[in-house]
Amino acid sequence: MVDDLYQETILDHSKHPRNCHVLGGANHHAEGYNPLCGDKLKLYLKMKDNVVEDASFVGSGCAISTASASLMTESLKGLKREEALKLLERFHDLLTTDSPVTKELGKLVVFCGVRDYPARVKCATLAWHTLKSALENKEEPVTTE
Amino acid sequence: MSTLTTDIAAGFDVARIREDFPVLKQTIHGKPLVYLDNAATAQKPHAVIDAIVKFLSVDCANIHRGVHELSQRSTAAYEETRTKMKRFLNARSKNELIFVRGTTEGINLVASSWGHKNVREGDEIVVSAMEHHSNIVPWQMLCEAAGAKLRVIPIDDRGELIVEEYARLLNPRTKMVAVTHVSNALGTINPIKEIVAMAHRVGALALVDGAQAAPHLKVDVQALDADFYALSGHKMVGPTGIGILYGKSKLLNAMPPYQGGGDMIKTVTFEKTTYADLPYKFEAGTPNIAGGIGLGAAADYLTHIGLDQIAAYEHELLLYGTQALEQIPGLRMIGTAREKAAVLSFVIDGIHPHDIGTVLDRMGIAVRTGHHCAQPVMDRFGVPATTRASLAFYNTTREIDALVAGLHKVKEVFS
Repeated sequence: MVDDLYQETILDHSKHPRNCHVLGGANHHAEGYNPLCGDKLKLYLKMKDNVVEDASFVGSGCAISTASASLMTESLKGLKREEALKLLERFHDLLTTDSPVTKELGKLVVFCGVRDYPARVKCATLAWHTLKSALENKEEPVTTE
Repeated sequence: MSTLTTDIAAGFDVARIREDFPVLKQTIHGKPLVYLDNAATAQKPHAVIDAIVKFLSVDCANIHRGVHELSQRSTAAYEETRTKMKRFLNARSKNELIFVRGTTEGINLVASSWGHKNVREGDEIVVSAMEHHSNIVPWQMLCEAAGAKLRVIPIDDRGELIVEEYARLLNPRTKMVAVTHVSNALGTINPIKEIVAMAHRVGALALVDGAQAAPHLKVDVQALDADFYALSGHKMVGPTGIGILYGKSKLLNAMPPYQGGGDMIKTVTFEKTTYADLPYKFEAGTPNIAGGIGLGAAADYLTHIGLDQIAAYEHELLLYGTQALEQIPGLRMIGTAREKAAVLSFVIDGIHPHDIGTVLDRMGIAVRTGHHCAQPVMDRFGVPATTRASLAFYNTTREIDALVAGLHKVKEVFS
């Protein structure tokens, strides 16, 4: 019934989020906020020589936004800044267009069901909005609105 | 648990009433629609839809203008709503009823027109901790502009106003007390008569946000002695974009216009404009005529069913729903006031309201999830959001059973 949205991997990451802690030694961080549902997220990045060495998050949110943050932090490790931004673009296309699923997305393809639930797209993109802000080291919390 | 106890509720022919609402006869994702988002907006009966269709297809013309037949018909139909709403609210005169877009505009009208004329530096405006943003932000804006102070009546763990704390807030600097009649997020019914009387004792005025009360209980603005009472048509089975601001005529007469334009003037020259008398002084521009006519039909419809009957039936639904939901392990009700409208706002341990809402939607069940435009209420109860099932007189105990079954499914998915 809702299996297309809540795929096994999403449920797993929402119940047991990975990288869900404050990151010591982080040199980039940002806050994200979805004013529609009150979800809040803090993202931490440890960047070295333009590469994401480590990533983590803390926050409270729905299953979709928690799983998205969890899977995002996993996917980011080892990526160059430009590659991370490219992945963000691909992820955004996955949720909002009918574009074919590309293999760069890896595990993130589990979010393909979200495109059929327009009200939930912002849940899935909150972490990624925050990523953009963290890479730019913005002071102001970014919102999904 | 499928029978209702009181005579009124038992004699309430909900099956026949449901026939009046075409929207209810559909399936959503293959399941019968269970519409439990009535505090956001209520569904519309044929009587309202037909009145709007008749106006648009037979009587459509601008009002207060032409001498031609259609203009006279549309003016008569639109103004008839003012008379109907005067009876609906038991106002002294129909001139005390101003057409507005909705409750939000009604409150903004008072905050802007009355507020800027009467509120000065050091004055105080009192609101409550359970207000909708629309009864907070206009007052905050006024306070900021005037250098006045916004003070907040706290609520207890049941979601009831703490009247003793309210008494302590009142003082000669208090100029306005703005409180909701029924809380949209908690369902609490406030003791408005007492709140208004206490405001009056210190020389303050009282504005009541009636958006959630008008569809569910009989409102008598004279008995409440409210100075202003604002409501929205769409919450009371009427259309969106139309509402009523009631105000005592002596107050409205002393207030400057809210917006300038056509229809609110007596004479206009470049040197000076004189304004129209009540209620037109506050009604600049061509209004939502079709909406106004629909609102009249909605008031007739609710009056025909009977607000007392509606309140009694909905109260039974509330008791049934409360008991049924409380059986669900890990569910916590937010808002357990002793005087309560049929709002079931709750959280479930470890499951976010948005996920609950999405799973319920796939079962055809429409609920609201989020902060309900009442973020301070969420902060008070320490939750980011709740799931809210808000009931109307066309809902049934079977629909509550469907909600309970849906919540068991939710728990299965996320356990």
